[in-house]
Amino acid sequence: MAHREADGALFATAVTKNGRRSHKNSRRGAALPYLFVAPAMALFSLLMLFPMAMVFRYSLMDGAILRPDSSFVGFRNFREIFSDEIFWQSLGQTLYFTIMSVVFHLLIGLTFALMLNSSRVHPMVRNVLRVLYILPWLFTAVIIAIIWRLILDPNGVINGYLIALNIIDFKVEWFSSPATAIHALTFVNIWAGYPLYMVSLLAGLQGIPKEYYEAARVDGANTVQNFFYITLPQLKPIITSIALLDFIWTMQVFPLVWMTTGGGPIHATEMLSTYTYKLAFTRYEFSLASASAIVIFVLSMCLTYFYIRHQRSTANA
Amino acid sequence: MRFAKSLTLLKSAALSIAIGLSSAQADTTLEFIQWWEPELPSGALRQIMDDFEAQNPGIKVNLVSGPYSATRDQIVVGAASGTLSDVVGLDGAWVNDLAKQGAIAAMDDLMAGADFDKSQVAAIISLNGNSYMFPVASFVYPVFVNLDLLKNAGIDQMPSSRTEFVEAARKLTDSDNNQYGWVLPLSLQAPNGIQNDVMSWVWASGKSMMKDGMPDLTNANVVGTLEYIQSMYDEGLISPGSFAKKEQDKVEEFVNGRVAMMVDSLAHINLIRERNSDLNFGITALPAMDGYDGRRGLPYASWGIGIAENSEHKEEAFKLVAYLMSTEVNAKLVSIANAFPGNVNATPDFVAADELFGTAFEIFQTGYLANEFVGLPVAEELMRMLGVEVQQMLEGNQSAAEAAAKAQAKWAEEF
Repeated sequence: MAHREADGALFATAVTKNGRRSHKNSRRGAALPYLFVAPAMALFSLLMLFPMAMVFRYSLMDGAILRPDSSFVGFRNFREIFSDEIFWQSLGQTLYFTIMSVVFHLLIGLTFALMLNSSRVHPMVRNVLRVLYILPWLFTAVIIAIIWRLILDPNGVINGYLIALNIIDFKVEWFSSPATAIHALTFVNIWAGYPLYMVSLLAGLQGIPKEYYEAARVDGANTVQNFFYITLPQLKPIITSIALLDFIWTMQVFPLVWMTTGGGPIHATEMLSTYTYKLAFTRYEFSLASASAIVIFVLSMCLTYFYIRHQRSTANA
Repeated sequence: MRFAKSLTLLKSAALSIAIGLSSAQADTTLEFIQWWEPELPSGALRQIMDDFEAQNPGIKVNLVSGPYSATRDQIVVGAASGTLSDVVGLDGAWVNDLAKQGAIAAMDDLMAGADFDKSQVAAIISLNGNSYMFPVASFVYPVFVNLDLLKNAGIDQMPSSRTEFVEAARKLTDSDNNQYGWVLPLSLQAPNGIQNDVMSWVWASGKSMMKDGMPDLTNANVVGTLEYIQSMYDEGLISPGSFAKKEQDKVEEFVNGRVAMMVDSLAHINLIRERNSDLNFGITALPAMDGYDGRRGLPYASWGIGIAENSEHKEEAFKLVAYLMSTEVNAKLVSIANAFPGNVNATPDFVAADELFGTAFEIFQTGYLANEFVGLPVAEELMRMLGVEVQQMLEGNQSAAEAAAKAQAKWAEEF
């Protein structure tokens, strides 16, 4: 009996110990994922959330950064921004610049990708074209700005050819004329950005099973039908993803605009990015600049929402 | 034995630390932020600092150097956070904003305390009666003329008045051969063309764009200057593409012989020679209004210097400022930089060695430094505001008087 009691006590102790251990282990197990993401979250908070919160705070203050006695003014900075006609002009031009860039990036990128994927083009030619087409991607925005400022100078190569071919009979001031500057700038951005689409879509094209095309051929489909009923639907997830990303990135383009036109002539190429930069670093109106930056942030977040929704739906499919 | 050795080691380490600490306490280290070092020959500014340290035992100078724009950004951030370097390289265009912020110190008491003779400084930049900046080196902007093109056009003397300048520009313009009389950079990215190439015409005739410390753009002299520029633009005497042109484009066109005359910094003489060693060019003072025979204002850009308000070593910082402004050191520094001195008694040695610099020095001595943007609030933005209105005027959307009035209204909001 005494033995039994002793055994029972021993058993009970073991169970308790095991129970504690397993409970402790399960708590550790639950905390483990959080520990894994903690360094990334710390960095994210420090480098992203904190600056964003600061900019949001500045946008609600008067004389932020510059005045030690800056105070809370609510949405006054936003009201001031929204009452500035240059802001609305910048917004309209940013949308034009972005939409045109995204559409033409896609068209040119897709055309070149199809060309590089086509078996009708000789492999040697394809390799040469592949190098040539990717070239714009290798240049930084500063180099692109310098190159195109020279090419589109009134005394530059483009005008030289156009005059020689009798297409124009005067020197067009591409970046200097309010009538042409925004189009010239958009053209340069299209030139600089299409390789991203080309490379992504080429990868997508190479991933489409050949059997689809063989089956279509058996059914008597022609090239155009192949493109619209096989190629395009297969590329749709890639197109949607990069178009949304491109939209977000292009809306925030700054160096190219700044280095080519600086937002001029007059305000013909003013974008939200240059408008914000000027507020901050030439007028030292950091509160207004923060309010403008928050507007860009909100616009980008709207697009990011669609991007994430699209990514989720792709993942679920 | 081992214990004794360890004890000796510990003692010597403690002694070294103590010596190190005491010497560190004796030394004052000044931080000097500027963009000059990268623009000078390698090691030149450091050498001057070493000489200063040798003459002022106990003061060390730590140079914080970077390109102009990066330095400006660093100064803006430093001013906002109260961590500005002790001695600050300044552009006149920043002084108003930094002084209003309380980021740079008034140097009047420091000058008095050090018995500094302020009459030797070429142009002290003051605000509300307080002195905030000394120009260490000045780069003046005369008119550069392509002498070969001038000769080919049958012009035998440099234009001295506005009428002579227009007549010369007319003869020098041959648009079929891409040759133009003048070049006018009006890019809004770097709007200093408004200061150097537009307003300089007003100052050259001894006139002003200010009145009682407030903008006065609607006065007849400013409006007349804008009309003068518009007439040259309408006549096609100015190289095309002005609205996107920057200073470097202007120099490039002059170097290539596309434009015969330009207003430019003396600092570019060597650059122009390097780019085109065959270019035969001369310099002359900016033409004045017809009949004007007074002293001519010379537009300039300068390497200015000031002291941070947050500096804990203002007296030592002023010693460095005074050293750089002293006759001998100032002459040495500007000789290396090919600039004109901030000390009126200093004479740079390149003046005797180079004919062009000699001519420039004569222009410098017969005129006076004039840059009314120095010390104004948000000076660069003021240039941009006027730049937009000048572009509207040249586009034919408004008259010179309307451009001046609109710019005046925008400027008034910033004062």
